[in-house]
Amino acid sequence: MKKYFLLSIVLALSFVVAQTLSAAGPPQTGGQLPEFKFPMPSDRADKGYLGLSGWGSTFRIPDIRARVVIVEILSMYCPFCQKEAPLVNDLYGAIEKDPKLKGKIKILGIGVGNSAYEVNVFRKKYNVPFPVVPDPDYAAHTLYGEVRTPYFIAVKINENGTHEIIYSKLGSFGDIPAFLETLKKPAGL
Amino acid sequence: MPKKATLLIVALMLTLSVPAWAQTHSEAYKDNIYVTGVLKPIDSVLKVKVGDAAPDFMLPSITGQKITLSQYRGKKIVVLSFVPAAWTPVCSDQWPGYNIVKDFFDQNDATLLGITVDNIPTLYAWTNQMGKLWFPVLSDFYPHGRVAEAYGVLRSDGTSERALFVIDKKGIIRYIDVHDINKRPSLEVLIRELEKLK
Repeated sequence: MKKYFLLSIVLALSFVVAQTLSAAGPPQTGGQLPEFKFPMPSDRADKGYLGLSGWGSTFRIPDIRARVVIVEILSMYCPFCQKEAPLVNDLYGAIEKDPKLKGKIKILGIGVGNSAYEVNVFRKKYNVPFPVVPDPDYAAHTLYGEVRTPYFIAVKINENGTHEIIYSKLGSFGDIPAFLETLKKPAGL
Repeated sequence: MPKKATLLIVALMLTLSVPAWAQTHSEAYKDNIYVTGVLKPIDSVLKVKVGDAAPDFMLPSITGQKITLSQYRGKKIVVLSFVPAAWTPVCSDQWPGYNIVKDFFDQNDATLLGITVDNIPTLYAWTNQMGKLWFPVLSDFYPHGRVAEAYGVLRSDGTSERALFVIDKKGIIRYIDVHDINKRPSLEVLIRELEKLK
């Protein structure tokens, strides 16, 4: 009987810790993204775009070869993400067309609660040109404060491998040139 | 006493804990989703099985039309998607996904009927947040849950299960998934089942 009581206390403590972690809130500007290993994209073009090399099966956001990584937290099942998809594609296009930004700013989508299949459905439906990694069991989403979708985080990657969040906001980023301007200065571009 | 305390602590944890997969995250609904917490996964007993003739029904849709299941006989494979209730987690994230895969349904000569036990005005307001849906949304409100009851997916609290039924062109049930109410069925499984009937 005493054993069950002790077990319940341990469970309760684990619960409090888990609740505290998930209640940590969204990533804050000036802070760092919680460490998370995403599955390595199987598509060579995606891997090439992100500048990921080697044979590893996972990667972290600071491993991406870029000065700034714009992370979009989305879901195939989210109506606002569906509505926002063409605008995010336009953002990708604006970056790729600008020789000063191409290769320096990359976009990565995270499909929260989505399987690899569902992420691919979303990409095909909206012709999404940038990689979207699945987060089927909400593991990354929980670490990122269970934010609503779409949520955008821009992460500055430093040469020494450290990183810093320079933008963190729920909902549309709005006007593309204005959004890119907000990233350029803190990123030193 | 320790046994009572254990039960109390576990019950409290289950009540307060709402895991990410049991929530709705789209900003489309803002703060309008009623948080149900984790519910009993399944709370009904099926009254039909694979191979049975699907019980026919006529239900009003949010567009004002009356839809019968038998109107698709010989024309389309029908997927019935029962979801528990409007403005609740998971449900609000399920149909918007189906809404972007109309081509999958078309390729498999199938259509989708979304059904809840809510009334028409509630369904109208709720589905408006999802964008324009291509499939009929039907109200099984009055007599309350009659169709859900006929299929055996009416829960004891008057909501329905999160259930999928695939019905072939002869009106025969070919696939049933009474899913854990707290989780969304995976799209690939449904598509695979449709492809089997092609």
